[in-house]
Amino acid sequence: MHNPQLNAEGELTHLLTLEGLPPEVIGRILDTAVPFVSIAEREVKKVPLLRGKTVFNLFFESSTRTRTTFEIAAKRLSADVINLNIGVSSTSKGETLLDTIDNLAAMNADMFVVRHAESGAPHLIAQHLSASGKSHIHVVNAGDGRHGHPTQGLLDLFTIRHYKRDFRALAVAIVGDVLHSRVARSLIHGLTTLGTAEVRVIGPKTLLPTAVESLGVRVFHRMQEGLDGCDVVVMLRLQNERMRGSLLPSAGEYFKHYGLTPEKLRLAKPDAIVMHPGPMNRGVEIDSAVADGSHSVILPQVTFGIAVRMAVMSIVAGN
Amino acid sequence: MKIEIRSGRVIDPGHRIDREMSLYIDAGKVAALEEAPRGWRPDRVLDAKAMVVCPGLIDASARLREPGLEHKATLESEMAAALAGGVTSLACPPDTDPPLDEPGLVEMLKHRARSLNGAHVYPIGALTVGLKGETLTEMGELNEAGCVAFSQADAALGDTQVLLRALQYAATFGYPVWLRPQDAALSRGGVAHDGEVATRLGLPPIPSFAETIALDEIFELVRATGVRVHLARLSTHQGVARVRQAKREGLPISCDVAIHHVHLCDIDIGWYDAHCHVVPPLRGTRDRDALRAGLADGTIDLICSDHAPVDDDAKQLPFAESEAGATGLELLLPLTLKWAQEQRLPLVDALARITVAPARVLGLKAGHLGVATDADVCVFDPQAHWRVEPGELKSQGKNTPFHGLELVGRVRWTLVAGQVVHER
Amino acid sequence: MIATLPDAETVLGRLADKMRDAIAFDAKLVGIYSGGAWLAERLARMLPGDHPVGYIDVSFYRDDYAERGLRPNPATTALPFEVGASRIVLIDDVLYTGRSVRAAINELFDYGRPQAIELAVLIDRGGRELPIEATYVGERLAVARDASIVLERRADGKLELTLEDAQDTSRA
Repeated sequence: MHNPQLNAEGELTHLLTLEGLPPEVIGRILDTAVPFVSIAEREVKKVPLLRGKTVFNLFFESSTRTRTTFEIAAKRLSADVINLNIGVSSTSKGETLLDTIDNLAAMNADMFVVRHAESGAPHLIAQHLSASGKSHIHVVNAGDGRHGHPTQGLLDLFTIRHYKRDFRALAVAIVGDVLHSRVARSLIHGLTTLGTAEVRVIGPKTLLPTAVESLGVRVFHRMQEGLDGCDVVVMLRLQNERMRGSLLPSAGEYFKHYGLTPEKLRLAKPDAIVMHPGPMNRGVEIDSAVADGSHSVILPQVTFGIAVRMAVMSIVAGN
Repeated sequence: MKIEIRSGRVIDPGHRIDREMSLYIDAGKVAALEEAPRGWRPDRVLDAKAMVVCPGLIDASARLREPGLEHKATLESEMAAALAGGVTSLACPPDTDPPLDEPGLVEMLKHRARSLNGAHVYPIGALTVGLKGETLTEMGELNEAGCVAFSQADAALGDTQVLLRALQYAATFGYPVWLRPQDAALSRGGVAHDGEVATRLGLPPIPSFAETIALDEIFELVRATGVRVHLARLSTHQGVARVRQAKREGLPISCDVAIHHVHLCDIDIGWYDAHCHVVPPLRGTRDRDALRAGLADGTIDLICSDHAPVDDDAKQLPFAESEAGATGLELLLPLTLKWAQEQRLPLVDALARITVAPARVLGLKAGHLGVATDADVCVFDPQAHWRVEPGELKSQGKNTPFHGLELVGRVRWTLVAGQVVHER
Repeated sequence: MIATLPDAETVLGRLADKMRDAIAFDAKLVGIYSGGAWLAERLARMLPGDHPVGYIDVSFYRDDYAERGLRPNPATTALPFEVGASRIVLIDDVLYTGRSVRAAINELFDYGRPQAIELAVLIDRGGRELPIEATYVGERLAVARDASIVLERRADGKLELTLEDAQDTSRA
């Protein structure tokens, strides 16, 4: 199957998903992010790579956090950034998704950063741009439905690599609502591509997708077994809708079985790191003591997130 | 008008004929086979050498979108598509706008279709008013207006009590009921088969047991009421097994499969190709193989196109937001031939699935080429290679998951009531 | 056109000689990755006094991003001192079009406002496309346009000059 993220020369021109990306490509993105981390620490936090380029943040599903990090990343690359919260405006007026894209493309856009509530929207956009002769416009997926959040996956990989070095020696546990999680799917693809020794998912049956093992993971329904000997624990956010959708009885019961507490964390390796894509529901999926404790690398994840997004944008925009 | 179809390979599944001979048509009927009638002087001769001459195809499910959905397709365009596909009779589901729940609408549709001198249209009437699943339609009136069966199309009928009453009522008069075996609650919000592909692509799933639970319920109601049920669009291997079992038991059921399920599975969705968004969803390879085997051994009675023209705007959307449906009138024949060749099934058996079998299920006299039958004939070139270019399809619906595919087998002439209504 | 390349170690020695009494006592040596970085390290040991060493990667400041995209695996610029008000000697292995040096100067200015910048290069091969000249030159060479001079560091730390076909990733 043709990989729509690569151009005719086999170079990355969009970032739509981590699936199908060779480990070298992922490695290159992570390596490129390293110098961007130190750029953030100096006084002039900008480099001129994307000067004169216009980046449109197209958020069909609203998210201040993710949008802000992409905005910061683009501005640190000296790009001009336009934020569009399309959720309520033009589509409710009847303008189709692709009409919106065509209009923006006509405004000399160079890059679309897209978040959408439906899986496959960034793929549709990339394919449409290619079919309408606008393949010079790059598409970066900022989260599509429950399918993927590749920049989050990459920053999670970067974080793990920063603290743990060699993926081949690691057991990584992903805990929570994997069924609805694009973060989980992207991270699983990234971890398996980089040869992680063991990728585990932990959750109740109602929150794990059918045939999840086919993604290359071991399934656990109990934290006590799943966390045993883990090097990395990734906690997923539990959304309130899940209780209303009869997937779970209550947040309290969820916390009892699947919340990360200091006691449960002790089952993992003594030097295990704890990650969370944010925003956290304290007391639902994670105890404050753990979130603020010494194992937590949740705040560094945010810093790395900007550097990783700068790396992604500067790589695709150059191809 | 005297027409001679000369020296073609005549395949008539109804009479199990498969040999080279000529067909003689006069005044809209088949006048003779093999030997010309005495004093035969044809007005027109169609040279059918190296072609296959078979009964005009009967498509058990093709949406014409009239009344009400003319932005998707019109009777004119879809009739042209049917004839280009060699289809001379078709049944259309009741999900028009408004649904076919009133005799006046049915009469108007039949009248419109007749005036186009194209394929024969057999409407399937709505089982409940507005397809809402609450009150029964006037099935007697609808039957008189021309409805050959009653159905809910794809609309859910969740209230089992209402469904029971509807089936009892239909059984009273011997009207067949066509039902989609899909549990409404279990398929709510779903767009893709619940399996590896949906998990990877992050698409809301429809589990296989949404079909099997519905089948079990339908079989129980059939046992209770004696109604004749036709199961529309089987998609799972478990479903095929259950139908096989139910037929062995002697239940008065028949079933069909849409031609796209014969060839495709969920993996063909690729990177969210919305042309593969159909109901029921494309399932796994094991399901597809079971459907093919079920067709070959007769568990599944017939193949239909499940033709559903969808406007481009409604397909150019993220998968789960796109409208389901595939265009198929012009592809039913070549895709059936492709299946026959892959399954190593003799042509006479394969063509039965789109001629004599749908005729039987619909209660039509058509679907075969005996003397004195209406001359509804399809003449096709079984060696013609062509590529599916959506833009070149006659249907207003260009939405096909087979876009770009190379196919073999193309209609040369289509005759309805002894008139050449399509030629290439 | 030269037939053989000079010995890098010898040329380095000559360069150090020229710099020894000329650079500021508090000059900071900043090497451009990767050849310039090796040279900066060596010069810091060869020159008297205490000259802090920094390394600069110009991947994010190059002017050929639009044609060539981002170079793979950029290194991290490390300047462990205040750039503002410093006297800096920028060090590179081969001075050719002058574009790398232009990028390095722009990058340095994003760290602070230096008091002065001088340029020291092992080899000056001419072919300038920008008005940039080195303050200290190890040796001047004429080289064919389709050839590339590359500085390499052997396992034992010895530096060597080699001639290669100019590729897309030719250094300016």
